[in-house]
This record gives sequence, C-alpha cells and structure tokens, in this order.
Amino acid sequence: MTTPRRRLVPAYLATHGRTAAAGTHGLDRLSVLHAAADLPAGLGGEHRQLWELVRPGALTLAEAAAHLRLPVSATVFVAADLAERGALSVRAPIPSAQPVNRDLAERLLSGLRALK
Amino acid sequence: MDFAPSSSSAVLAGDAPSGAPAYLPPTDPVLMKLMVSGPFGVGKTTFVRTLSEIPTLHTEETMTAASVPVDDVSRTPGKTATTVAVDFGRITLADGDFVLYLFGTPGQRRFLPLWEDLARGALGALVLVDTRRLADAFDAMDLIEEAGLPYAVAVNRFPDTPPIALDAVRAALDLDPATPLVECDARERAGCVDALIALTEHVLDRLPPESAP
Repeated sequence: MTTPRRRLVPAYLATHGRTAAAGTHGLDRLSVLHAAADLPAGLGGEHRQLWELVRPGALTLAEAAAHLRLPVSATVFVAADLAERGALSVRAPIPSAQPVNRDLAERLLSGLRALK
Repeated sequence: MDFAPSSSSAVLAGDAPSGAPAYLPPTDPVLMKLMVSGPFGVGKTTFVRTLSEIPTLHTEETMTAASVPVDDVSRTPGKTATTVAVDFGRITLADGDFVLYLFGTPGQRRFLPLWEDLARGALGALVLVDTRRLADAFDAMDLIEEAGLPYAVAVNRFPDTPPIALDAVRAALDLDPATPLVECDARERAGCVDALIALTEHVLDRLPPESAP
C-alpha cells in the first residue's frame, strides 16, 4: 500500500462541495470500512484512494482518514458515496448494534487483565 | 520515550502514518472506545503511544465541522475553521474479539463541540493529571461530566514530580469518593494497563445490573 502524500485537493472539493450532513449512513469514527466490490466508473481522487486503502482489509473510518490525511468530516462523505454505490461495506463498531452492556464491559475488563 | 508536550502543532508535524495500514483482524471484532483526556502536555499522546499496538495515528478535526453543520464555515469565508489533531491508537484484546481504541483528546473547554462528537459511543474516559498543575484538569473533568461519561483519574508521574499523597490529590480535585484515582507513568505499559482496568471496573460499576432479557 502506498503512503498517501499530502492531499492536493482541498477537503471541500473532496466532498464535491456538499456541506450538509445528509446521507452519511450513520458513519462514525469507528465505523468499519471494507471494499465490497469494484470501484464504480467515474469515481477517482479521494474515492479511489479510500477504496484502494480498504481493499486489502478493514479499517475504521478514523484510521482511513488518518492514512489518507483527510479530515474525518470529509472522509465521512467519501465513504458514504462509496457505500451508496455498493463499493464499500460499512458495519457498526458493535456488530449487533447493541448498546454497551455489562457483558461487553466485563469482556473488555478480562481482556485488559490478560494484558498484564 | 519523550515527554514532549503534545500541543496540536507538534502532533501535526510528526506522527505521520508510516508504512502499510494495520488492518483489523478478520474476526469481526467488537470495537470500543475510551477517551484519554487532560490538559496539554500532561502525557496523553505518550499514554496512547505506550499502549497502542499500531503506530499512533492522528485525525485532523475541524472544530466547526465536527458537530455543527459544515455550512457554518462557508458563512464566514474569511475565517479558517480551527483545526485540532486528535491522536489515537488501538489494542486488540481477547484473541481478536475486541479492539479497544484510545483517543487522546484535548481537555480544554473550547473544544466542547469536538469533545461531544468524539465521545459519542465511548465507554468512559481517563483523565490524566499533573500534580504540579492540578487545576488544569478541571476543564477536562467538566467536559467529561457534561458528556455523561464515567471517568477515572490517573496521576501521570513525571520524573521530576515531587511526591504527593493521592489523598491530597483527591481532595484538591474534589473527586467523588467512587471515582478511581490511580498513579501511572505514561511511558510504562503496566501502569497504563492498570489505569484502564481501574476505569473499566468503574464503568462496570456504573452500568445497570442486567438490562435486557
């Protein structure tokens, strides 16, 4: 994988000038992104970079933003575009979309204890 | 390991993502998030770096775009949105069942909108404090309380920190008796893990007993 250079396109162009947070698929910093299909024709630039980044494996949106050196807010739009076209699979941080409960917290605690 | 203050400009200048991305394990792990907060220079970046299994990354966050509609920037074209770097790392736990993300977030009141956005979905927060300037931690504690997150406080023991009893720290910070207060050296893994354990135990204490059937 290539290390992205400093982006040449300002963030507001990466979002095609959109400014309203519409249709963002509930994307969050910890949404898990993974390329799901071929890159649709006509998408280049940041879209291609993001799609290529998560083709070999899954990353969170925050990690993708960091690797692409795009602001999180712009990465949300790019990811939403790709997801709308079926080129990106997006899953919530907690697969079953349950709120944090005791079971999860207890498993986290035992995982932390095992680090010692 | 250095104790360089993690002002946002210093973070932006360094810590560029290097090498291939570390992809998530193909186990569909549950992802969880804890916040590491506190005043500038208290060791948040160091703490995250000590525990993270990947080189720490940072996102560029625009204050106005974070939680307010992005329109606000366009209405004031002469003004550049305040940009702040948020650094984060991750730890895989329980053979890939869990991936815990640690977000080092500035604890100043002016970051409130960003804070609320960052903290959404977080399990809890660890507040790092420097005993030589305890009062600097109040902003971070206020932000966390407003966000409704459970938190623990960890004294980051700097090499030149004069000894101070934890009881005195607890009194100075006016901590609730239930709030865990621990000591660590942000450069040493074992103490950092202990601080997260204390926080997670506290999170567990605050969760309702069995919620759903």
